[in-house]
Amino acid sequence: METAGPIFASGNEAIAEGAFAAGALFYAGYPITPSSEIAEIASRRMPGLGGMFVQMEDELSSMAAIIGASLAGKRAFTATSGPGFSLMQENLGMAVMGEIPCVVVNVQRSGPSTGMATKPAQGDVMQARWGTHGDHGIITLVPSSVQDCYDLTIRAFRLSEEFRTPVILLADAAIGKVREGVRYYPPTEEEKGVRPLPDCPPSDYRPFAFGGATPPLPPFGGDYIYRITGSMHDERGGQAANPGTADRVIRHLTEKIEGKRDRIVSVRSLALEDAEVAVCSFGCSARSSKAAVRSARNRGIRAGLLELTTLWPFPDGEVRSILSRVKAVIVPELNLGQVAREVERLNDFSCTVVRVNRVDGGLLKPEEILAAIEEGAS
Amino acid sequence: MTNLAYRDYLAEEKLPTIWCPGCGNGTVLRALLQAFAALKLDPGKTVAVSGIGCWGWADDYIRVNAFHGTHGRALPFATGIALANPDLTVIALMGDGDGATIGGNHLIHAARRNVNVTALVANNFNYGMTGGQYSGTTPSGSTTSTSSLGHMEEGFDLCSLAAAAGAPYVARGTVAEPAKLARLIEGGLARRGFSFVEALSPCPTHFGRFNGAKTPWEMLRELKTTSLPLGILADREKEDYGKRYARAAGGERKEGSA
Ligand SMILES: Cc1ncc(C[n+]2csc(CCOP(=O)(O)OP(=O)(O)O)c2C)c(N)n1
Repeated sequence: METAGPIFASGNEAIAEGAFAAGALFYAGYPITPSSEIAEIASRRMPGLGGMFVQMEDELSSMAAIIGASLAGKRAFTATSGPGFSLMQENLGMAVMGEIPCVVVNVQRSGPSTGMATKPAQGDVMQARWGTHGDHGIITLVPSSVQDCYDLTIRAFRLSEEFRTPVILLADAAIGKVREGVRYYPPTEEEKGVRPLPDCPPSDYRPFAFGGATPPLPPFGGDYIYRITGSMHDERGGQAANPGTADRVIRHLTEKIEGKRDRIVSVRSLALEDAEVAVCSFGCSARSSKAAVRSARNRGIRAGLLELTTLWPFPDGEVRSILSRVKAVIVPELNLGQVAREVERLNDFSCTVVRVNRVDGGLLKPEEILAAIEEGAS
Repeated sequence: MTNLAYRDYLAEEKLPTIWCPGCGNGTVLRALLQAFAALKLDPGKTVAVSGIGCWGWADDYIRVNAFHGTHGRALPFATGIALANPDLTVIALMGDGDGATIGGNHLIHAARRNVNVTALVANNFNYGMTGGQYSGTTPSGSTTSTSSLGHMEEGFDLCSLAAAAGAPYVARGTVAEPAKLARLIEGGLARRGFSFVEALSPCPTHFGRFNGAKTPWEMLRELKTTSLPLGILADREKEDYGKRYARAAGGERKEGSA
């Protein structure tokens, strides 16, 4: 769907439309508040797009089905929230190990466990990073507006293809449900990205070739016959549980993402040039932070905002840069300090790091953040 | 279409297999490859999806596209592959732990959903790979490494389960009659929609040893006299999910084309 000007839509709607615009032709999922809208839209829109929708029996199988569909050549995605995201973790690791592109949307709600289904939270930051077992790199993008939902979903698909990896879009109930103006545009080929085909003869193809860039992944059903596995593997995907291979594969899975931060990490800066206090936030809390920074400026406090639209790989350089030049960094988030701990990890500058946390199901109020800014400035 | 002998589908460079002497998996594998050859399956258009377990290694020995996933989830991976490309022949290779215990929910739903996938369960009545613990098919009273008092639960009759869940094709064979088994697998692969084939198979290393130290030979003889019904147990035409979806979507697309 393409719109001439802005239209009024929810974050969940924009995520679904972003996926279709990026060329997604397969959705598998299991209903869960506050993400179900995405499944419902996919069920209505996929037939007309020539795609396929299936409601699976749980989130384990939803994650498995999108992995299968991706190997058969379709751009595939699923959407869920806390309990479902927990169930997806094992097969998220399968996509990591098998190097299979796909997009997983987590519209975060209050946890742990069933928690509060309709209340927003940002408590899955570390689960996105380390929820599946074993060392690996992972890409996680965070929208803070309905437009972001559209733009970052398209970006998530591109990055998943470029790095042959699952990408997590870590939204939250507030952003998924809020309705505001958004413009749907047809993405360029560059924005959508492509899944390249191998140019070697089929007999030479190695789905897990060591060294250099991650090799292309041709769809099952063509001339390239190959094996994908979640077990430790050699270059051809054969079973290979030996120390040398394991070391190479595990380092590769981390390095292919951590080593390409330049192509992945994105942040937004607001009034940081002359700031003496910086707010570092993301998702729905970045909106409250923005309002707080504006109020602070109105009161003559030199405050600025660093909004993280990529959480993983963590924007180390960008965060270090503010830590090195401000008096205090305020970290507002709807959890008990998951991003603040990352900021503290980078704090080699004796900067004051102030946590502003809320976990009662409500959103952070700009005043709460403003109070922390004022404290940090004094 | 190809004209390959069953050995052409075998990755001979990978032999010998990891399987123990007397294990039935090699026989099930040969029956499967014979079914491939009988149907002249194109290796490029065929995908073997395996679970985790001894039988889950089977796909490493086959020269078709292969996907080796997580324990219990072969069917949902296969579902995604089959729905995304209806021209592929997709077969899920699972143990009884994989296909009927940790993955039991996927089995009944794949049968009910009627996806175009053939499920081949090598049922050795226990978890071979992890040391012979009991599974969802372990017969009541038998000893396993986690049922030293004799198993307290009843085992599933997997074919009845698959048939009740709606599978259009259901069959059971044993490695004691490998030629018949190959024909049953062939029947499953030839049928569009979900087909379920169970291959009863001995695990002398664990199940046999725990239950009277039987020789592989005795175990095979016992399989021949199993009380479970053998042969084709359900055979009915049903439109599979992919076809049904495409038919419904065809109407949708016409409406939406304005
Ligand atoms: C989620 C998960 N739980 C447990 C295991 C450990 N595990 C590996 S294989 C297996 C059982 C295999 O038994 P079965 O499926 O019957 O196959 P067989 O080895 O007998 O061929 C188990 C429990 C695992 N790999 N993953």
